[in-house]
Amino acid sequence: MTEKKRVPASRRYAKRSQTAEIWHRLCKNKGAMLGLLIMIVIVCIAIGAGFLLDYDKDVIGQNISQRLQHPSWAHPMGTDATGRDMMYRIFYGARYSLSIGIISVLIALVIGVTLGVIAGYCGGVVGEIIMRGSDAVAAIPSILMAIAIVSAFGQSMLNLMLAVGVTSVPQFIRITHAATLTVRNQEYVEASRCLGLHQWQIILFHVLPNCLSPIIVQTTLRVASAIISASSLSFLGLGVPAPMPEWGGMLSAGRSYIRTHSYLTLFPGLAIMITVLALNLLGDGLRDALDPKLKGKK
Amino acid sequence: MLIPVILITSFIVFFIINLAPGDVVAQLTGGDATQEEIAQVRAQLGLDQPILIRYIKYLGGLLHGDLGTSYVTGRSVYASYMEKLPATLQLALASIFVSILISIPLGISSAVHQGSIRDNVGMVAALLGLSMPNFWLGLLLIIVFALNLGWLPSGGSDGFKSIILPAITVGTGLTAMLTRTTRSSMLDVIRQDYLRTARAKGVPERLVIRKHALKNALIPVITVIGTQLGSCLGGAILTETVFSWPGVGRLILDAVNSRDIPMVTGCIVLKTITISIILLIVDLLYAVVDPRIRAQYSKGGK
Repeated sequence: MTEKKRVPASRRYAKRSQTAEIWHRLCKNKGAMLGLLIMIVIVCIAIGAGFLLDYDKDVIGQNISQRLQHPSWAHPMGTDATGRDMMYRIFYGARYSLSIGIISVLIALVIGVTLGVIAGYCGGVVGEIIMRGSDAVAAIPSILMAIAIVSAFGQSMLNLMLAVGVTSVPQFIRITHAATLTVRNQEYVEASRCLGLHQWQIILFHVLPNCLSPIIVQTTLRVASAIISASSLSFLGLGVPAPMPEWGGMLSAGRSYIRTHSYLTLFPGLAIMITVLALNLLGDGLRDALDPKLKGKK
Repeated sequence: MLIPVILITSFIVFFIINLAPGDVVAQLTGGDATQEEIAQVRAQLGLDQPILIRYIKYLGGLLHGDLGTSYVTGRSVYASYMEKLPATLQLALASIFVSILISIPLGISSAVHQGSIRDNVGMVAALLGLSMPNFWLGLLLIIVFALNLGWLPSGGSDGFKSIILPAITVGTGLTAMLTRTTRSSMLDVIRQDYLRTARAKGVPERLVIRKHALKNALIPVITVIGTQLGSCLGGAILTETVFSWPGVGRLILDAVNSRDIPMVTGCIVLKTITISIILLIVDLLYAVVDPRIRAQYSKGGK
């Protein structure tokens, strides 16, 4: 009994000190800290917008008398073709863009990591089938795959998330597969096998925790590219349905007024760029912090 | 390797497009067609058969090198693809050129001044290219250079002037990866002994970097350029849409929208093949750049 208690305790201790070490390395990286700071601000805006803005009135409520006003003190980012304040819409849009990015990557994460671990740990025919299947999905241009999925299942936020998520799955499979392969033959895995642990216990408690760092890095970077993919789909008219303030959709709507009201395309794009840049900076910093051996190599 | 990927890819595409609501017949016949007319067109196109049979028939054609004919235009898929390929090839090469023009100097200067402000600024600049939505950059370029300054056309493809903006749009998206690869590969080389030797014997620093370091750092850079060229050849759908560039990307997008199954599947199969050929050429290029690999090849030949 005491034996059983001691092992997790020591593991927890080791983990904490490691986490502290990683955090310390991350803090030294100015770019990553900047990215983290921007992300915190954006998340605060997204949460705050939910409390402070009235969705029906401020975000989708039309006000024709105020339409197409250039940026001014009353409307710092101007108003769009139906008189809606662009700043409110962009702030509120953070909720949509972030949640689409995060949820679609979570979908990809769950599917990809599961398949990747199975392919890496079991190997053999199953592994081969999974990896070839993932190659084939990766061979289809991701934007095309997403277009096909959205047009097949209809246009909605959930389908958008699914479409963007599915296109990221091969990436997660590949990365988890590679990480699992290096971990699979380590002595501690062999030891736990000798102890008679069940397959899934080994995978869940011994293999996966040791594959985490590339997966964490990949998740951060994929959220960034998922936000871009989602906005691309919205731009093509396949994203979230119209009145919802999604950044890509706003960009697409502003495109018709590009000659006279270029700010309508400028600000949503800036919002996307800043968010994605912050996530990329953070992801790069995490990569350096989680794997000091790779520092400077990338 | 290529064949199973083509099989699975074509299978997935075939089925997903088939799942999509609405089919090509509605578009071909128009709104006022009678039931019999619709049934007739369906039978003509073979759409009245189950999907599996159609897929197997399609595969049979594929084995003979026949990619089928478009439901909409009735032209062979191969001919349509090849007609659009030059425009995409042009754009891909021009984009890669832009990307090389930005990335390699940026990567070298970052590596040479590692850890300095120049390094950090360079890396953030490269990251910026990755963080901008491609179509947004395209729109901004159109606003500035086509609408406000009027220097360049905002779309279409006639002549050298019209390729500049799309090439910059796609090229900056590729910059991040290439700059990082150049930087890290240069960093590996820069610590080698032979660089110290070169400096010790009095070779000017610029020449050390250009001749001794860069040349040895090129292999990973070429690999990245190759894969990027491959992905560009798939057609930059968004950039092509923004600039109304008549390339493969638009062809595929239009085909998806009109549910033209043979066209979509055929284009993607052709794209996969094109990319594999490009990757093969890249492998051969290694030998041109690196005498060590060339030596291996010639040994193998004997």
